[in-house]
Amino acid sequence: MMTDSDMTKTAKTKTSVKQFLGPEPMTGSEGTRGTHWLRREEGDRIWLVLDRQGVSTNTFNEEVFSELDALLDDVEKGHWRTVIFRSAKASGFAAGADLSQFRGVDAGPQLDRRIAEANDVIDRVAALKARTVAVVHGTCVGGGLELALACDRIVARDDTRLGFPEVLVGLHPGLGGTARLTHRIQPIEAMTLMLTGKTVSARKAFKLGIVDAVVPERNVAKAVDEAARGRIERRGAGFGADALNLRPARLAAGRRMRAEADKRAPHEHYPAPYALIELWERHGGSQAEMLEAERRSFAALLPLTATQNLVRAFFLRERLKTNGKGKNEVAHVHVIGAGTMGAEIGAWCALKGMHVTIEDPMTASLSKAVAGAHKLFARKLDGPERLRANDRFVPDVHGAGLRHADLVIEAAPEKTDLKRGIYERIEGAVGEEVIIATNTSSLDLNALSKGLKHPERFVGIHFFNPVSKLDLVEVVRHDGVAEDAFARALRFVGAIGKLPLPVKAAPGFLVNRALMPYLGEALLMIEEGEQPERIDAAAERFGMPVGPVELADQVGLDICLAVAESLAEGLDRPMPEIPEGLRIKVDRGELGRKTGTGLYAWDENGKALKNPVREEPDAAMADRLILPMIDAVAAALDEGVVEDDESADAAMVYGTGFAPFRGGPIEYARSRGFADVASTLEKQARLHGPHHAPSAWWRKT
Amino acid sequence: MLLRQPFAPDEFDQVILGCANQIAGEMNVARVAALRLGCGDEMPAWTVHRNCGSGMQSLDDAFRAVAHGDMDLVLAGGTEALSRAPLILSDEATEWLAEFQQARSAADRVKAMSRFQVGFLSPEIGLKQGLTDPVSGLAMGQTAEELAHRFGISRWQADDYALESHRRLARAQEEGWLANEVEPMFAPDGTIYDHDDGVRPDSTIEALGKLKPVFERYGDVTAGNASQVTDGACWMILASDEAVQRHGLTPIATIRDSEWAALDPRVMGLGPVLCSAPLLERGGFGLDDIDLWELNEAFAAQVLACLQAFADEAFCREVLGLDAPIGGIDRAKLNIDGGAISLGHPVGTSGTRIVLHLVNALRRTGGKRGIATECIGGGQGGAMLVELA
Repeated sequence: MMTDSDMTKTAKTKTSVKQFLGPEPMTGSEGTRGTHWLRREEGDRIWLVLDRQGVSTNTFNEEVFSELDALLDDVEKGHWRTVIFRSAKASGFAAGADLSQFRGVDAGPQLDRRIAEANDVIDRVAALKARTVAVVHGTCVGGGLELALACDRIVARDDTRLGFPEVLVGLHPGLGGTARLTHRIQPIEAMTLMLTGKTVSARKAFKLGIVDAVVPERNVAKAVDEAARGRIERRGAGFGADALNLRPARLAAGRRMRAEADKRAPHEHYPAPYALIELWERHGGSQAEMLEAERRSFAALLPLTATQNLVRAFFLRERLKTNGKGKNEVAHVHVIGAGTMGAEIGAWCALKGMHVTIEDPMTASLSKAVAGAHKLFARKLDGPERLRANDRFVPDVHGAGLRHADLVIEAAPEKTDLKRGIYERIEGAVGEEVIIATNTSSLDLNALSKGLKHPERFVGIHFFNPVSKLDLVEVVRHDGVAEDAFARALRFVGAIGKLPLPVKAAPGFLVNRALMPYLGEALLMIEEGEQPERIDAAAERFGMPVGPVELADQVGLDICLAVAESLAEGLDRPMPEIPEGLRIKVDRGELGRKTGTGLYAWDENGKALKNPVREEPDAAMADRLILPMIDAVAAALDEGVVEDDESADAAMVYGTGFAPFRGGPIEYARSRGFADVASTLEKQARLHGPHHAPSAWWRKT
Repeated sequence: MLLRQPFAPDEFDQVILGCANQIAGEMNVARVAALRLGCGDEMPAWTVHRNCGSGMQSLDDAFRAVAHGDMDLVLAGGTEALSRAPLILSDEATEWLAEFQQARSAADRVKAMSRFQVGFLSPEIGLKQGLTDPVSGLAMGQTAEELAHRFGISRWQADDYALESHRRLARAQEEGWLANEVEPMFAPDGTIYDHDDGVRPDSTIEALGKLKPVFERYGDVTAGNASQVTDGACWMILASDEAVQRHGLTPIATIRDSEWAALDPRVMGLGPVLCSAPLLERGGFGLDDIDLWELNEAFAAQVLACLQAFADEAFCREVLGLDAPIGGIDRAKLNIDGGAISLGHPVGTSGTRIVLHLVNALRRTGGKRGIATECIGGGQGGAMLVELA
């Protein structure tokens, strides 16, 4: 006989109900298999289910379209009353065009033909006599959304994200999306969606009128049935929207959009938004006309260097992502140090599903960390998800979370002895398998690792400020690191949605090493009497998101000084002299944005107060700022700090925002010619000092 | 507390939480808490309600389940968020609202609107309703007035007791005696709450004397000599010997016995006397065997009335059936670090808190055995006998 206590124990089963049930099955995701499409017939309804072979996310290429084209022959011949499109992938409906087919295309009739063929298939869907219903879920962006927009009704599962991110790769929708969206919903809303490249939730899409019903998976079958019977009305644009597609309204709105776009993406670097605005201004009055014009506009954008470089940047991002692929084993992160970086790292980890404990000897720092984390969660999450994120972020006054951690991130002040003491305490509390990571940006990892009993599980995980905006994370390898621990660190970074870049322990790693000459040069120029605003303008006109003076203030002048000193000490190469002005500012506590004064004065909203530029910057000025940065990347490549030039380009684009339309620093140098870069640097060395002397790398490749 | 443990939060057998005022958005708050604490989908949890005794009831449930061998490891505690007590519409207003919501046509709605009265807009405070006993019709404070009257406790005596409660708590806070018991809380905006802030060590008997009675115009119970309305939560871990072995835990105390009693709701404040007496009797203990007492300070007059009852020969003989009075409890052994008057009475929490504090106070003072007891709105009392491990 079982006693009561036996019963309680056996009640804990090995398989939870949740595990037993598994993921919710998708309604209507099966059928007779072609290559990329499944078809299923159901009375007078036919389901066409996209399940692109060999990949986990549906994207469109010529094969997918030609198979659909053949299926449509059948559909047109049969007497179907309803055609239903769905995806069999758990990840979503479709992520749009397979961008690899866009790489290296040339303008010309062949490109025009390819665009026309793809568009003809979508237009054929739109022209079907049968009632068409798209059932979308998960990711439904770009071409995926364009296929859905060609259908009479869109039923969205409640987890759907919809949008047109084309503008981020220098394009606009090219399968009729510009014309169909501006005529399905209020056109200004449609344009805003396409110009920002942002995705919206199913619920927001319902409000906008993009989708006609939002349902959980368990209601999909019923909702499709209702749509098939014509009982779901088109949400549509709402009253008065048509008037906004009239020419005077288009011209007025277009002017405003252009002004807005100009603030964020100058025309000469980013042509796509302007092409999109022009397309709607000129042809928005008629959907048919706009469909035609869109093909031409798309064909013109695709071969542009800026577009090709942005597409390249997309693949660089994918490449970084692959570094972090694989099963993550970290569930609990313990952060030591709740300063700016520690607090932001902890908050980000909790946002992405980690259990986080964060300790600091100062409760005031913990208090700031809690406030910051809750602000981040409020911005990114809603309802129960937000509540759970709040619960996952635990300010840990006594450091009690340490013993439960799978990964410990030390983000303490940059003092070797302090950090050594912390590592000793960590090693006393956690098992040998636990990864100990440091977020140091200026201390030598090889030296730090010496203090550990088990240095093989010690790695650098170097985040950038602000953590929620900069996706790159340098994962730093010292001489004694175990491959397994290093790989686990990479997978952890991948699991929190960041882009891991493996680098070798060397002063400044890659990103700071490249940024320092850029910032240092700017400081020298200020010492020479140059107007800071003009320096920033020179860099921004080149395509940097933030000028070097403003960036130095954002990073913090104290941190700049520490990194500059560590570089000057640790590198064999000459560095720009650390200007006296910088030390004086740091001594005075004028550290930049965080103290309200630095090289600029900062307002309470964290905006730099800048004067108008007195005199337009010239190209030589940009070269003087940018080329030393590119040269530092080359030197890092030469020393094997970073594996290859594509990784370096990726890191600079996603870690510093280096002009993505230029494809990254090395790609830019390549387009300019390595020889030209090297000789310009030599010229600059004569003018501005030996720290401009080009690295040996340029002559080797 | 969970982070300090060598085991994971999903290793409890059950979670039990006392709460007197659950809010609509968090029904069975024990389960909500268990899930939010990471105890896992498969953690059974239930909420217990015994008014002011809820937080001791949860411990008692856990104690009995462990003692009976049903469970090995239980998370038990109390919680209360009185600041979130809802406003309640009057019955008339509720009826009107129901009618308005059922009105389908515009005409019906207009008709319903016409019956709206401005008075509907003054909701009753749910807390006030909750602190009134529906059977006797007396507010809790009025039951304390009744005791003050019956036992001849003066306003001055009550105020003097309250003043001492504040002094004791202030000293305990200053000396850091609560450091192992009070965890700093961080509000979403970063505000730190690291101590109970109702303490007023600089108050004087004159200042307390100036306060107006709250419950009865000619009465003696004021905001100064009654417990404070506050939020709070408290958890304890109860484990069997086997669980202690398995997880390598260090027990701090053992619950030896517990008792509940009930009496006329009008004098609910005497509950502690009725439930403590059997604990002493069963254990064969005299007052000298009890090193410390925590007697929940619902009202100063109520605590003082209990002390008199313990010492009163007639009360002990006729009500408790004892041959001799239990005796006078030394104030030096009673509520040595203040209590609900100075730090607040988060209703469902207090039962857990006084047991935990009793254990910590025994450890600090080198005592061995103590009783935590409380009066319970509606006419009950609960008591728990603990010994240091």
